[in-house]
This record gives sequence, structure tokens and C-alpha cells, in this order.
Amino acid sequence: MRLNYPSNVKVVKVPCTGRVDMLLILKAFESGVDGVYVAGCMEGECHYLRGNLRARRRVEQVKKLLDEVGLGGERVEMFNMSASQGQRFAQFAREMTERIRSLGPSPAKKNKEVLP
Amino acid sequence: MATVENEEVKGGQAKPVGAVLVVGGGIGGMQASLDLAESGFYVYLVDNAPTIGGVMSQLDKTFPTNDCAMCIMSPKLVGTGSHRNIRVITHAEVKEVAGDPGDFEATILRKARYIRPDKCTGCGECAKHCPVTIADSYNEGMSRRAAVYLRYPQAIPKVYLIDREACIGCGLCERVCLAGAVDYADEACQEKIAVGSVILAPGFEVFDAARRPEFGYGVYPNVITSLEFERILSATGPHRSHVLRPSDGTIPERIAFIQCVGSRDKKCGNDYCSSVCCMYSVKEAVIAKEHVPFIKPTIFYMDMRAYGKGFDAYYERAKADQGVRFVKSMVSRVRQQQGTGNLIVTYLDDQGKAAEEVFDLVVLSVGMTTSQAVRDTAARLGVRLNAYGFCETNPLAPLATSREGIYVCGAFQSPKDIPETVAQASGAAAAAAGGIAAGRGTLATKKEYPPETEVASAEEPRIGVFVCHCGINIGSVVNVPSVKEYAATLPNVVLADENLYTCSQDTQEKIKKAIQEHGLNRVIVASCSPRTHEPMFRETIRDAGLNKFLFEMANIRDQCSWVHMRQKPEATAKAKHLVRMAVANARLNRSLGETAVPVAQRALIIGGGVAGMTAALRLAGQGFAVYLVEKEELLGGNLRNIHRTIEGEDVQAFLTDLIDRVSAEPRIHVLTGSQVTEFGGVRGNFTTAVTTAPAMTAQKIQHGVTVVATGAEEERPEGFLYGEDPRVCTQQEFEGRLAAGGEEAAGLREVVMIQCVGSRNEKRPSCSRTCCATALKNALALKRLNPAATIRVLYRDVRSYGMLEPYYAQARREGVLFVRYEPEAPPVVAREGDSLTVSFAEPILQEQATVKPDLVVLSSATVPRENRELANLLKVPRTAEGFFLEAHAKLRPVDFASDGIYVAGSAHAPKLITESVSQAYAAVARACTILSKENLMVGGVVAVVDGERCAACLTCVRVCPYDVPVVNLRGEAEIDIVKCKGCGTCAAECPARAIDLMHYRGEQLEAKIGALVEG
Repeated sequence: MRLNYPSNVKVVKVPCTGRVDMLLILKAFESGVDGVYVAGCMEGECHYLRGNLRARRRVEQVKKLLDEVGLGGERVEMFNMSASQGQRFAQFAREMTERIRSLGPSPAKKNKEVLP
Repeated sequence: MATVENEEVKGGQAKPVGAVLVVGGGIGGMQASLDLAESGFYVYLVDNAPTIGGVMSQLDKTFPTNDCAMCIMSPKLVGTGSHRNIRVITHAEVKEVAGDPGDFEATILRKARYIRPDKCTGCGECAKHCPVTIADSYNEGMSRRAAVYLRYPQAIPKVYLIDREACIGCGLCERVCLAGAVDYADEACQEKIAVGSVILAPGFEVFDAARRPEFGYGVYPNVITSLEFERILSATGPHRSHVLRPSDGTIPERIAFIQCVGSRDKKCGNDYCSSVCCMYSVKEAVIAKEHVPFIKPTIFYMDMRAYGKGFDAYYERAKADQGVRFVKSMVSRVRQQQGTGNLIVTYLDDQGKAAEEVFDLVVLSVGMTTSQAVRDTAARLGVRLNAYGFCETNPLAPLATSREGIYVCGAFQSPKDIPETVAQASGAAAAAAGGIAAGRGTLATKKEYPPETEVASAEEPRIGVFVCHCGINIGSVVNVPSVKEYAATLPNVVLADENLYTCSQDTQEKIKKAIQEHGLNRVIVASCSPRTHEPMFRETIRDAGLNKFLFEMANIRDQCSWVHMRQKPEATAKAKHLVRMAVANARLNRSLGETAVPVAQRALIIGGGVAGMTAALRLAGQGFAVYLVEKEELLGGNLRNIHRTIEGEDVQAFLTDLIDRVSAEPRIHVLTGSQVTEFGGVRGNFTTAVTTAPAMTAQKIQHGVTVVATGAEEERPEGFLYGEDPRVCTQQEFEGRLAAGGEEAAGLREVVMIQCVGSRNEKRPSCSRTCCATALKNALALKRLNPAATIRVLYRDVRSYGMLEPYYAQARREGVLFVRYEPEAPPVVAREGDSLTVSFAEPILQEQATVKPDLVVLSSATVPRENRELANLLKVPRTAEGFFLEAHAKLRPVDFASDGIYVAGSAHAPKLITESVSQAYAAVARACTILSKENLMVGGVVAVVDGERCAACLTCVRVCPYDVPVVNLRGEAEIDIVKCKGCGTCAAECPARAIDLMHYRGEQLEAKIGALVEG
């Protein structure tokens, strides 16, 4: 479909969003990304039955943690889409980029620079 | 390969040809091809169209799950296109099939494509430059395409072709094609192939709506067909899923669906029901409303035929929750309103009153017909058609055509939906394989690989990076040389190179050579998408002696150049990032072993009814031992209660013959009076304990596959004086009484049949599917014995789908009265003195009527046999109504989600005998994909437990969607790699991080993310 979306979005492939653990998302922030979103199958249509539901739960937990540490839970999101919904993919990529832009660079990044 | 001998080939003769010709590459043809190729046969798949995929490729969503059709189909497309034992021949037709079963010679005519398949990379540059635009048939003419085209983006083969009728011969495509694939001098060519059997799966074409001129199709722009509407709804459709009407591009608020256009229509010679239109209209209405909530769809129908599994629930939801309006009516004509382009629909409502209503768009629910091309092919092949142009088959042998050795499946056999087509396609594969089982493995090849070079995890990675221009797809946006230079600077990269087309055959050789010359132990290709090309590159490095998991892909086309076309510097920067991430990951990639596990080449079938016995015979016919477990003392199941099919076939004679053949077959071990008491193991290796009455002797059976065929039975109805008055009986009891002799029938003055007893209610929302046909069958039988008898059928919808419809018409002709009732006002059966009375609301007269019949026959629901315990033992799911639940409602109708276990017959949902037979064959085909192999390869992307870190907290046991992890005697979680599907949920949830998912290890993902932000 070749729909345009911001080039700052980079995909890390996993077999199922069920593979994405909380630590991985947190490590992403630690290594300096400004936002993370998990893109899974539509709910009820998970290729591996319910991996996407588990992933959603973990994303919600990470949101809480980010809020607690002051990074802001809005920096992480879970989206559902089916493989045919290219438009939806592009739309989420744009939405998330705009959201992160308005939030500014992740404060965790600054910490990283400060740390030895 | 299994050493199997086949009883169906006489001794002394030459072996049959181990190849099958499949005609038609729609969902049915693909399924049949895949099943055959997976069980040791070579397949030639011939399609008239330039690509496989059939009509399903044009559908937006599928009922009743609203799955996206293309998404669920594309794995089959790719699987078929890339299977080493399937040769896809598109844009071709079968001219002739000469010879005899087991030894046919087919003549195939390949039409000129003008694009060389061996060179075309599918990049699409040609179409971009083509100056011609013509109506795009994929979008039913509602959009335009170039003269050089690909039917749809996911097409297989992904090879363009030139429509020479539209082509102006300007030569532009030839000039822009960097692959040199354009060949204007291409010519049609004929080829002869040797095959043992043939399967016809040519599908259907939609009815030409212009043949019903009263609806104004082709005259009024806003009257469209349902297939056109399907395209409008689709994301790849003419308006990219925006619901817009043709005349003025506005959103149509009021949409009318007119059912039975070209179906149930004597006038145009189509007396049959097309079986799918009711459901697809409901689906289209629901999806349209999902797109634009203010759309108000109205469906004008005669009978709502939601007879399949889960269909009624879908229909009821549409009616109650999703705001779809249903009007039982007959539409007489459609006119266009002056000036507005709106349409006036004139119809008779269910009280016979004429009414008119205005709509913005009218969708004609066109039925299924057989195209002239398919009729011609059938004639050339000597295959007989029925009166309506569908393939002639016997209801008790639905997969065999009139010519021996040629089999049929799908909508060409009779109108049917996707799951039934898929089941029948697998069934046809089993039938086609049955006749040529001795030829198994003679033509299908197994690839031989060189031994694998050992790559120890401690060994320093030596990475080769190949960056692809993809013609100009990547190269015109991303600065490929600069990406290549950057790649060379990354750690462990010892070689970086660029190619015009990395996927071309000569580049594969180049990569192999580079692996040898530079001692590469990891290979990265930065190019299109792993979705389409990873299997090929893995194959390349495996050919060069590297484990396939040492390959890595950086997606710099689909996820970069194509989506950042207007930001070239950013795209180049991102491509570099992506390559850096791939390198970070590749450094940690490890060789993963796949282990061979031997297969127990025997089957266990649970249930000895028509499905179980048919499956047993077919499996035995293919040379496999079968254990057939039946709970009762006698074989036969529900078939013992059925005497004739509606077509008049003698069911009892069929049953006797089945039992005789099963008993005489030495490969079938019949265990009657037996039950499964323990079950364990995995596909290829199950162990089942069976206990046999009366001594309750137990035995353990080792088998590779399991078929569940436990069937269903007629429910003992509640109410309606059933069991209280001998004059109230069920349809099955009535059938028995009619079969016993005509004496009782001769005395019957008046009979009332009540439909949907125990079905389509709150307790059991589903339709029992077969009762309408049974009622028609019994009513016609009574009419034959006693033409004077008055028969009233009180019904909700007459669901005589497919080729059953002509029997409904016949019953009406013979004077059977059909009276509709609403579920809110069901008929009441009472006693008045000695007489039995039935009172019901008469809709036309609009008054309560009471009759005094001699007999009341209840069409009672079909309910599954007791199967809860069995389901628990086998760990397979059931529906709320207790039928077994298949892996996927659309494309895996006989598989369970657990590999190696299949379902057939009424255990899956209520079924006619003919449907159970098809499904039993289907289960056989699916089973043979396992049984035909001596070993199964397991491993690869699976979860692995580090026992030392495991705290036995049971988290993995709890979260695994497939119930794979167990805690072993050492108190550590254990994951059977044979069962693990590699989703990684356990790895993500394990609190001790004791579980890792191979190829997606935590360490790898972290390295990749780390590389994402560096620099």
C-alpha cells in the first residue's frame, strides 16, 4: 500500500506480541528510545490464540510504572490491527509519533547521558 | 517415505503415476494441492487466471468471524506458491485428459504472458510507466489498471502480465524493466503432463445480474452486485474501503440488499439455492455499518438461510444489536428516481401487500453459477454436469465425478461457502490420493542438503551484508551505496555488497560463493520483506552449508523506501539503522537444530458412524492401520436411524455395505463397546488407552493421528405432548414408520410438521441444519404413499440450501402447505377430547388457525453425543452447544488447534450424510500429511527452559495457550519442543526469566533495541 508514515518508527519483529515482556519495553527506554508501541493482531484474532491479550496487560502495567517514575505512561501504547490494515498501521505510526513529539525527548535519555 | 501398498491397484500392474492435476487455484484448489503435496504426491495446479487465489482474493471479510479474507488466505497462497512439490501453472487451461485412472496424460495450454516469470521480480515499475488504463476486473471494473498488471498485490506467482488487447505496444515497460523480463514475442505453448488422478476445483462465477432486467443492473448506476459491494468495502478496493456509491461518490445511507438474484429462480433456470448469499449479505450489511455507522441496511429476503455453524448467532446479532433490518418479502422491481439517482424498490411483504421504499444504493445478492469456460472444460474431460451446470455427483460419494479417476470439490460440485469448500478440497485430495497410493513418493521430491557447517556460539561471527536496490524500489529512495559502505564499518561485518535484485537466481549463486570465499557464518540481506523472501534466502544459505537460522533480514523496502518515499535522506538514515539492528541481532543468532521424531504410522478413529467408518476405509485404502473405536456394540451410529436420502438413495444398503467393508478390511481393527480412557502424546506419537466392555479389558494403542467422529443424534423433544401422546413423534421416528410400510401412511388424512423444535432458541441458538431437508424428504415420501394426505409444515425459514431447493419447490407443487410462524408465537399442540389439535397463527389470513391432524411430527434439534469427558481427555475445545470446535472456522474446518487431531462428521456440527462423507475424506487427507512421513522435524523457534533458574512457579503452565509446559519430577518446568508453537508468551511471563524463545532470545531483542538508538 506504500502509505507514508514517519521514518522515526522502527520495527522490532517478534513472532507474537505475547513475546514482548515488560523488561524489554523498559530496557528500550533505558537504551534511549522516546516511545514504544506494541502492534498486535486484533483482539480475538491472535494467531497464537491470546498472546495479544497478555501483551496488552503488560503494556498497561508498564504504563503505570512509567507514570510512577515520571517518564509518563503515554510513552507506551498497545495497538491492535490485522495484517491487511496498512492504513491503520500508518495511522498509529503517525499518531504515536505526534504524541511522543509533543511529550518531547524521554527524560530517561538525559539520565543515560549523565550516568557513567 | 512410508512403504505402503495399495489394494486399489491390481497386482502385477505398473505403479500409478504419483502426481495429481488440480484444476483451479482458488481456496479449494490450493487446499487440495497442499494436502497432496504434503503427503507425498507431486501436484500440477492449473489456473485459468494469471494468479491463483480465486474469488476469495476479492472478498473483504468472511462470515461468521469477520476475518479479513486476504489475511487468512495469504499463508495458503505463499505456501502453495513456494511448495517444492507443487508446480503452479497460471494463465493456462486444460485441453484434454487422455488415458485411464492412475495413468492419465493431460494437455495444458499456457497462454502467452509477455512477461518472463523467471525474470520478473514483481517490482511494478512496468505498470507505473504504462500509459494505458483500462477497467480493473479485480475491482469488478470500478477502478482502472494498466495494460501490464498484477491482478492483486499478494498475487502468486508475483509475475506481471501484459493484457495484449489493451496494450498499445509503446515499449515503455520493456525500457523501464531493469530485470529484462518483458518479452513481446512470447507465445502460447502446449505441454503434456502425466498424472495419476485429477481434481476439478474451478469454482464458480457470479450470476449475471443483467439477466434480471427488472432490477436495473447495468442501467441504473447505483444498482450493483454483492461482489462489487465486497470490493467497495475492501481496503484494496476502488475507494480504499470508503463506502461510496457509483453515481455521485456520496455515502449511501439507505442500502437495500435484494436476495436470491439468480438463485431459487425457475425463470432463469437456476432452481437451486446458492447457499452463501444470505450470510454474505448479512456480513456486508454489518461491515458497511462498521465503516459508516449511520448507514441503514435493509435485507429483502425470502428465507434467511443461516444454516451453518455459528451463522444463526451472527444473523441474530445483526438483527438485534447491529441495526440491520430484515424484510421478508419478494422484490418485484427497482426503478430510478428522477434526478436523485436514488432507487425505488417495489416489493410484496409477507402479508402479500405491495409496498415501495426509496434507497440510495441497491445491492443485488447474486448467486453462484458455472461459467461457460468451466462447462467447456468439463465437456472436454468427459465429466457430466447436472441440469444446473454443476458437476454431477452421487450424494453418498460426493467427491467422485462421472469419470473414474477425476474428482471434484468446491462450488463446482454445488454452491457452498469457504469452510465447506476447504473441507471438500481436502476430501478430494484424499480421494485422488486413494487411487494412486502406490505412487506416493515416486515423483514428489525431498530436498537433499549438504552437511551443515558447525558454527559454535563462541565462534567469532563473520557477517556478510547484501544490500538490495530492488530495481529502483529501494535504490531511488535510499542511497544504497552509502548503506553498503556503512554496513562495512559495523562490528563483525567482513563483507558488504549491493545488488540490483538480490532475489534473482544469479545473486543466490553469488551469495553462496561469498559464503565459501569469505568464510561467512552469518548472512544479512537488506531488502524487501521477510514475509515473502526469508524462506528463499534461508534456503540459499542452507545450500551453502549454513544453518537457516543464521540468516537475518533488514526490511529496507516495505518498512523504509516504500513508506518514506518523499524523505530520501531520512530513509537512507533509517535504512542504516535497520541494517545496524540486523547486525546486532545476527551476531547473536545461533544455529538451531531440528530433530527428527519417528511417526507411528497408524490412526485412531473415535466413533464408528458414517464419518468414522468412511475415514477408516480411506486410511486403510492408503495403506495405514486403523483402530476404530465405537462406544456401542454395533457400528453405524445415527445412520442406523436413516433410511433414504432426499435424493432417494438407500441408506440402509449403504450402511450394510460400509460395515461389511470395514469388517473385511484387515488393516482396520474394530473395537466396539469400547471407550477412550486415557490419551497422551503429540502429533505423530499419541498413546491412547481404550477400555472394552463387558470385561473392561484395557489396551494401549500407539498412533500418529486421531480422528474424532463421535457424531450427533436427534434430541428427545420437550413439550408438544411428545412422549404423552403416541400421535406426536419426531422426524426420525416418522421416517422409520414410513420405511416400515405404507399401511400407516395410507390412513393418514392430515399431518402437521413443526420445525425448529429445540433449535434456534435461547438454549440452543444454532440451526440444526438438516431438519428442513428431513421434513421435505418425509413430506414427499408421504405424498408418494398417500397423495391425498394434507401436510402442513410450520416453519420459521425453510433452509433447503444448495441442491435441496428443488425438493422444496417439488413439495409445494405436490401440495405440501408451508406456514410460517414467529418464535414469539410458536404452534401449540393440545388434546381436545380424543383428537389432537395444533393451533398456529396464520400470517396471510392474520388469524389463529386450529387443525386436527392425525399425526404431529416434530423436527427436533440435532445434539452432539455425550463428549465432555472425551474433550477433556483430548484437551480439545467444544462450542457452547457441545459440538467440537475446529482450529479455524474458515480455513481449518477439520483440524483441531492441537496438531494431529481432526474432527469429522456431525461431531463438528449437524450435517447431511453427503457432508459427513466429504468431511471424513477431508480428515483422511489431513491425517495423511502426518502419516505419510516417517519422521517429523521439530524444534527451531521454540521455548527452552533453563532448569537451574526455574522456581516451578507454574506461570508458564498457566499462560501457555497450548498447555505445553509441565513441571517435571525435578521440580522444573519442561517444554516439549514437539508441541511448542513458538509464540514466546511463557518467555515473556516467566518471572525468573528462566525461559527463552530461541531465535528471539531476550539478549537478541535487547541488542536489537540497543542498536536502534545508537549513533
